[in-house]
Amino acid sequence: MTATYKNDFLKEVEANVEDGQWVKMCMQCGVCAGSCPLGPHWQHSPQKIFMMIRAGKREEVLTSDSMWMCTSCYNCIVRCPRKLPITHIMHGLANYAHRLGLAPKGQPTREIAKLFWDNIVKTGRVNELKFSLAMYFKDGFGQGVKNAMAMQGIGLGLMKAKRLNPMEMLGGHTCKDKGGIHKMIAKAREIEDRRKGLSGH
Amino acid sequence: MSKKQYAFYPGCSSQKGASASNFLTSIGVMCEKLDIQLNEIPDWNCCGASIGYGEGGELPRLVLSARNLALAERELPGQEMVSVCPACWLSSRETVDRLHESESLLAETNEALKEAGLTLKNEVKQRHMVEVLIEDIGWEGMKKPVVKPLEGLKFAGYVGCQTNRPFGIAGESFENPQYLDKMVEMVGAEPVKYDQKVTCCGGALAFSEPDKSQAQIRQIVESAYDHGADMIVTPCQLCQANVEIYQSEINKKKGTKFNMPVVYYSQLMTVAYGGDAKQAGLDGQLIRAEQLEKIASKK
Repeated sequence: MTATYKNDFLKEVEANVEDGQWVKMCMQCGVCAGSCPLGPHWQHSPQKIFMMIRAGKREEVLTSDSMWMCTSCYNCIVRCPRKLPITHIMHGLANYAHRLGLAPKGQPTREIAKLFWDNIVKTGRVNELKFSLAMYFKDGFGQGVKNAMAMQGIGLGLMKAKRLNPMEMLGGHTCKDKGGIHKMIAKAREIEDRRKGLSGH
Repeated sequence: MSKKQYAFYPGCSSQKGASASNFLTSIGVMCEKLDIQLNEIPDWNCCGASIGYGEGGELPRLVLSARNLALAERELPGQEMVSVCPACWLSSRETVDRLHESESLLAETNEALKEAGLTLKNEVKQRHMVEVLIEDIGWEGMKKPVVKPLEGLKFAGYVGCQTNRPFGIAGESFENPQYLDKMVEMVGAEPVKYDQKVTCCGGALAFSEPDKSQAQIRQIVESAYDHGADMIVTPCQLCQANVEIYQSEINKKKGTKFNMPVVYYSQLMTVAYGGDAKQAGLDGQLIRAEQLEKIASKK
């Protein structure tokens, strides 16, 4: 019996993943895999991810924690002989897997990415103190106290150098038009979800 | 000489009390000496940084930058937009490019911007501060205000990722950019050979994958020591923070004795231009740059 070639997942990626239309341009040279600073920690290198997409391995790709290893260093982009925007495709795949609820639960970069976004959207600007604390306490109170204690020296050093402000707990830096930013982001999300057939949540 | 004016996007980490507030202090003094006037874009917002994609996706992330561009267009018409933060610059530039390439994406962006009372024509040119220095001020112009050459100091020029890729500074190579070393020479110091010039510090993954990032940082610091550097100099806030802050962690875990100051190019220039330690933001170092402080305090 011969297996029939199905490119359903490739089509899905092309339609729904940022820069997904580039995936079929990969010629499998492996320069991306060799250029990534966290290369050894990827379960599947970008090169493999591209081939897996073409082979229809939807589940394996979207549940992989590989894309979450991207540090956004852009080495792969500038070295790719076919000029694939690899960094963006990895970000796009990670976001798509996250929005579908298929990305690995508890994947630390997935978690901090969400904490970071929620942090910036709230006031329009990063609240570094609240972001640090949210990260420390993401695995519960006990672990949070442990994490905070371990980083205490650094935190105090930063405060002394006036590079971390304890008063940010009370609000911190903010955009005047927070309301406009909230509405703008909600609208952008609505448009994108409509385009990609995702239900808002 | 008349002042050169730019729409300025300082970015979150440059704000008062934030992790790179000392960078902005030195940028301000440096610009004053070079007759550069930075007009802050009113009510600018975060660009989403490199980790914003995870939850933010494509359009919500692009509209964050688009809002800044639209504000610059409306409030500071005709001025080019300058960022000091690689992530801010990269996000803004990427947004400009993408919205030029796709009319439908620009239309969607404007639909979202309308909710914040804004529209975007997409006409603002994006510049990195380093480009402004090299292209608009020029090497001779940058050298002119030097009154205290940083003689005898050796710097490892750590360019990092996002100032260098994917856009980079015009005319520079991705693998071995030269401008930072040239800046070190320009202020009278010595750039050392440095093989970790464009190595990634782990970026935002310093938070989520500390061991993997600290392995990167260890290489970056170790190589600076191996090549005889007194300090590391960088144009990037996240590089500065990661490479400086985590040295003590690496020492704890790996038994190393790292104590390598990590400073910004603008701090070198401020000191060379005669600024004091406070003007150069040297009071913001976790690992004191004592040799620079000494030069800064000389009358």
